[in-house]
Amino acid sequence: MNLLGKLTLSAIPYQQPIIMGASGMVVVGVLLVLGWVTLKGYWPYLWHEWLTSVDHKRIGVMYIVLALLMLVRGFADAIMMRTQQALASGGAQGYLPPEHFDQIFSAHGTIMIFFVAMPFVIGLMNFAVPLQLGIRDVAFPTLNSVSLWLTATGILLTNLSLAIGEFAKTGWVAYPPLSELQFSPGVGVDYYLWSLQISGVGTLLTGINFVTTILKTRAPGMGYMRMPVFCWTALASNLLIVAAFPVLTATLAMLLLDRYLGFHFFSVERGGNPMMYVNLFWVWGHPEVYILILPAFGVFSEVTATFSGKPLFGYRSMVAATMAICILAYTVWLHHFFTMGASANVNAFFGITSMIIAVPTGVKIFNWLFTMYGGRIRFEVPLLWTIGFMVAFIFGGLTGVLLAVPPVDWQVHNSLFLVAHFHHVIIPGVLFGAIAGYNYWFPKAFGFKLDERWGKAAFWCWFIGFHLAFMPLYVTGLMGMTRRLQHYDVMSWRPWLLVAELGAVVILAGIVCQIVQLVVSIRDRERLRVTADPWNGRTLEWSVSSPPPAWNYAVLPHVSGRDAFWARKKLAPATQTQPAQPRTYEPIEMPRNSGTGFVTAFFAVVTGFALIWHIWWMAALGGFGAFVTLLVFAFRDKEEIAIPAEQVTRFYRDHPAEVAI
Amino acid sequence: MSIAAIYDDLPHDIAPDASEAGPAPKRIVVTYGFWIFLLSDIVMFSAFFAAYAVLRHETADGPTGAELFNQASVALETICLLFSSYTCGLMSLAIGSRRRTLTYLAAAITFALGAAFLALEIREFANMIAIGAGPQHSAFLSAFFALVGCHGVTVTMGLIWLAIMMVQIATKGFRAVVERRLACFTLFWHALDIIWVGIFSVVYLMGVVP
Repeated sequence: MNLLGKLTLSAIPYQQPIIMGASGMVVVGVLLVLGWVTLKGYWPYLWHEWLTSVDHKRIGVMYIVLALLMLVRGFADAIMMRTQQALASGGAQGYLPPEHFDQIFSAHGTIMIFFVAMPFVIGLMNFAVPLQLGIRDVAFPTLNSVSLWLTATGILLTNLSLAIGEFAKTGWVAYPPLSELQFSPGVGVDYYLWSLQISGVGTLLTGINFVTTILKTRAPGMGYMRMPVFCWTALASNLLIVAAFPVLTATLAMLLLDRYLGFHFFSVERGGNPMMYVNLFWVWGHPEVYILILPAFGVFSEVTATFSGKPLFGYRSMVAATMAICILAYTVWLHHFFTMGASANVNAFFGITSMIIAVPTGVKIFNWLFTMYGGRIRFEVPLLWTIGFMVAFIFGGLTGVLLAVPPVDWQVHNSLFLVAHFHHVIIPGVLFGAIAGYNYWFPKAFGFKLDERWGKAAFWCWFIGFHLAFMPLYVTGLMGMTRRLQHYDVMSWRPWLLVAELGAVVILAGIVCQIVQLVVSIRDRERLRVTADPWNGRTLEWSVSSPPPAWNYAVLPHVSGRDAFWARKKLAPATQTQPAQPRTYEPIEMPRNSGTGFVTAFFAVVTGFALIWHIWWMAALGGFGAFVTLLVFAFRDKEEIAIPAEQVTRFYRDHPAEVAI
Repeated sequence: MSIAAIYDDLPHDIAPDASEAGPAPKRIVVTYGFWIFLLSDIVMFSAFFAAYAVLRHETADGPTGAELFNQASVALETICLLFSSYTCGLMSLAIGSRRRTLTYLAAAITFALGAAFLALEIREFANMIAIGAGPQHSAFLSAFFALVGCHGVTVTMGLIWLAIMMVQIATKGFRAVVERRLACFTLFWHALDIIWVGIFSVVYLMGVVP
């Protein structure tokens, strides 16, 4: 009996200098941060104010911190791949051996989708949705904290695979039979599966939480047709989460049963059906695309209206388009594998539905353009990202319409043309949207703006770098270059790949600008200090101070129309002549902080790690620990604390501007 | 006075539209959220149903459903589970009228019926594995064990939950938070029935059709 399962010292890849260097740097970095926190005595603050916080705003900020960190990790993978392909042509083999290159492209995809894009959009929704709806928190605040920490668990496990063992070599989709035990006997696929299972539970809980929040707890008067568009897109996105993530959970569970207990769901023998995995995976995977991009569309809607000084053009059509996309998202999954061998009629059906989905998306683009038309446009950083999105996304979308034609898809399936296409929609769509939202809501979260000059520099580097990096891939794709090549012999591809490498370097400059932007802004925070409403905003979040108090609204606002804050500002001159009378406040009941999320996630890490390495006793221990944690939570006596009226009064005495309106 | 005029006279703070009424009471919010969770649970089961439907003829020259399923045992399982839903309903009524003894009694019967269901299911699984028809034998059996077993695991979690809730009534009494959780539990228990009806029809009834 082996107490450590499959885990031995040889799991640490000593012989690979690149991996050891990278993981060494990560370990040193983490130790430095932990040491600094300990030295400064920040642990109590960190524990009470952040790690156990159930405040949706702080949870949102922590999600975005995770996303930004993982963006750096995912980009490191990306630039390594681009460098390998720039070097390894003809006789040259480059610097990455195939088994390492395979792990990098798998980790890049997994991290960028699950641990950058997802936490980024979920973080923005967490921060903005309750504020926009005029309420104090989400429907289930402690559950929200559990969601965050389970996502963090997935991230931690994925990154552990760098130093202990290996990551999947199967690509981020982990298709069987390659991902079956027979062909992937290592722990890589298990790291992939357990990371996604655990963080997937967190995401599902987020979906349930936000659907309930948006449908059941809006402020008085906040009817459906008065909700800011970002709330609508968040609703659509979370409905998709609720209906799609369980399918991923089931699918990965089937693959786990295959790998751990010898089941035959997807194996090539005893009747298993690998294509079923591909179908089930994309039944989740295509809605996932819209889970990511709809909130970004919401950000663009808010940003366009705010920086054009006009109400959003075609609000109702925007809502209709959002919900149409939400439904159509389930009718197109087969376009990810037209080459499977389904009949021409089946392919035609999915080809047509894929093209139809471009219609509501086109409606949105026109709405944004018409919102800007005739507006007083301020070219601030969030709007730059939005305009960059519109320009790039239209072309990315058009290549998608090309790929929706099955015969075309047969030619370019799994080529770099495809890689260029989906980066062309995901980077300008999701990432630009997320960064626009980050620049837009940052002053609300922290009370000071992000530096504008560095923000613009970052945008231009990203925008130019993105096109340099991905336009050449369309060309090499059409020249026949398939994706995920560690080495190639066709020398005519090489110039294009060198341009792509240059693009990656320009994007790197963009990321450096973003880091500098953050550092400079924190340093100059006094200069960049803002009041409640730095952008002349339209929606309710701009009516509370920056940063908002823990309770958001001392009295829930009564909403009487769309763009509620804008309407109140229009009325303000009439009321401002009266002296602001001192108001009396009631004590406010807020949910208590809870360590449940953090402790559950700790046990989830233990369990996940143990299952990956087949350390059964430890897995049982971790499962038991998580169960006890939930019991402790279930038996706690006080769920809420009352914030005394004096504290509320004192806050509004120090922040009078918010009361005047 | 016309209806329109009455409507105009209404004070403005009375929301004319339910969607403008402001945050719902906590009881509604919690059970609503739990409904959404149950929907997601059913979506998860639908993936297992789909896998079963795809793989159900892939017996790899091994036994088919018609050869394996014991209709009498399945009928008994169904009776146990459906009757436990009835007693679970009685439990909600007892909670509504704050009758503690009756609540415990109904919960105990519900628990016993659920446990009996599980025992029958485990016996069925054990018998199949004993004759070499385990989940490793064929894709059909993999899908069968995963689908039915997943339901069994859910029933087990329900039983644990029910036991914890009884302890909570004993220690905390009928306070709002306990009642909300009990309301969620009854929803959960009925949802298990719905899934079982699906399993009964798709797996056991269609399974014996030649």
